[in-house]
Amino acid sequence: MSPLVMLAAEEAENPLIPPIPELVIGLIAFVIVFGFLAWKLLPNINKVLEERREAIEGGIEKAEAAQTEAQSVLEQYKAQLAEARHEAARLRQEAQEQGATLIAEMRAEGQRQREEIVAAGHAQIAADRKAAAAALRQDVGKLATELAGKLVGESLEDHARQSRVIDRFLDELDEKAEATR
Amino acid sequence: MSADPTQTLAFDTSCHLFSGCGFPAPGLHSFLFKPLWGDADSNLYFNKTMLLALIGSIVVVAFFWAAFARPKVVPGKLQMIAESGYDFIRRGVVYETIGKKEGEKYVPLVVSLFFFVWMMNLWSIIPVAQFPVTAIISYPAILAAIVYVLWVGLTFKRHGFVGAFKNFTGYDKSLGAVLPLSMTIELFSNLLVRPFTHAVRLFANMFAGHTLLLLFTIASWYMLNGIGIAYSGVSFVMVLVMTAFELFIQAVQAYVFVLLTCSFIQGALAEHH
Repeated sequence: MSPLVMLAAEEAENPLIPPIPELVIGLIAFVIVFGFLAWKLLPNINKVLEERREAIEGGIEKAEAAQTEAQSVLEQYKAQLAEARHEAARLRQEAQEQGATLIAEMRAEGQRQREEIVAAGHAQIAADRKAAAAALRQDVGKLATELAGKLVGESLEDHARQSRVIDRFLDELDEKAEATR
Repeated sequence: MSADPTQTLAFDTSCHLFSGCGFPAPGLHSFLFKPLWGDADSNLYFNKTMLLALIGSIVVVAFFWAAFARPKVVPGKLQMIAESGYDFIRRGVVYETIGKKEGEKYVPLVVSLFFFVWMMNLWSIIPVAQFPVTAIISYPAILAAIVYVLWVGLTFKRHGFVGAFKNFTGYDKSLGAVLPLSMTIELFSNLLVRPFTHAVRLFANMFAGHTLLLLFTIASWYMLNGIGIAYSGVSFVMVLVMTAFELFIQAVQAYVFVLLTCSFIQGALAEHH
């Protein structure tokens, strides 16, 4: 075998010389993969990944909005509550003050009325006593005269009668006292 | 070497230690396949790697079809898995290197590249297939060529002819006297070496990985005779270890391939550096 032929034979086996048919099939095989992925499958998944990203971000945004709203509502509520408490305390204070003045006024009024009644009572009693004393003085004289007259006028012998007259007199006195009362 | 280097199985199964035949070591012939259809001498044939490449691309499309054809905002299990893979490449590779604004356009390409390359690598440890499609240089080469055309085109489009030339050569006045030398090296490195290494890095890793797996697999079988059984066991453990290691390397190489792709695109879009 000549060296040239041997070289040629080795050349055919050189693993770094690409056989043409394999090149063609390799190209076809790769184009199949690239074609399907680039034409349909990767755009498909990109769309879905984008949708997912938006869904997640949208969800997060929604949650954030809800949270800020909840926070503001809570603050509002707290402010209202504080205001209400304040108002209630103020009202209670006012009512207490009003009640105190009311009680003081009532007490003063009561005192005043009592004093008036007492004074009126005293005056009445004094007047009554005066009138009674005056009437009594008048009556005593008259009675004494009457009694004396009766005593003198009646027969003194009849002791029983005498005592009956005294009784009658006393009864009359009683009646008078009853009447004047 | 035998007259026909291609075999149905990767090695001659009748050969054992102590039975008077040599170790059927794996080699370049392990990467040649008898055409399933057509003639190997013409350029019209169909073989195992082509079949695997086409099935692999259908598997990738089917997976993503099942996951993303009718995607839901609240994902199912399959969609979640596919999404995490997609997101890993989009965010972890494209956005990280090119940036979100500029990179968005290239996400489909990079994602397709990653999962295509990964699937092609995965064939290495899938029973019955058991051959990494990317260990045939044509497959990494065509992918690297696509990337090459893209980033070179982008450089011209972004910077114009002179700008692109400066971009390729790493033009920097402050270098002074060494500028011509540096420009020559850079031009050579960027336009010629770069696509080559891009393809060969993937190819060689898969090639070597497959060779290692073959080596230990063949050894396990070859030594399965007499006292050799003990060694065979050790070798078989290595098969398992290497399979796990390959699983890792397959993902890493697919990742490196798209990471480089992104860094090339980023370099093409970047202002002068």
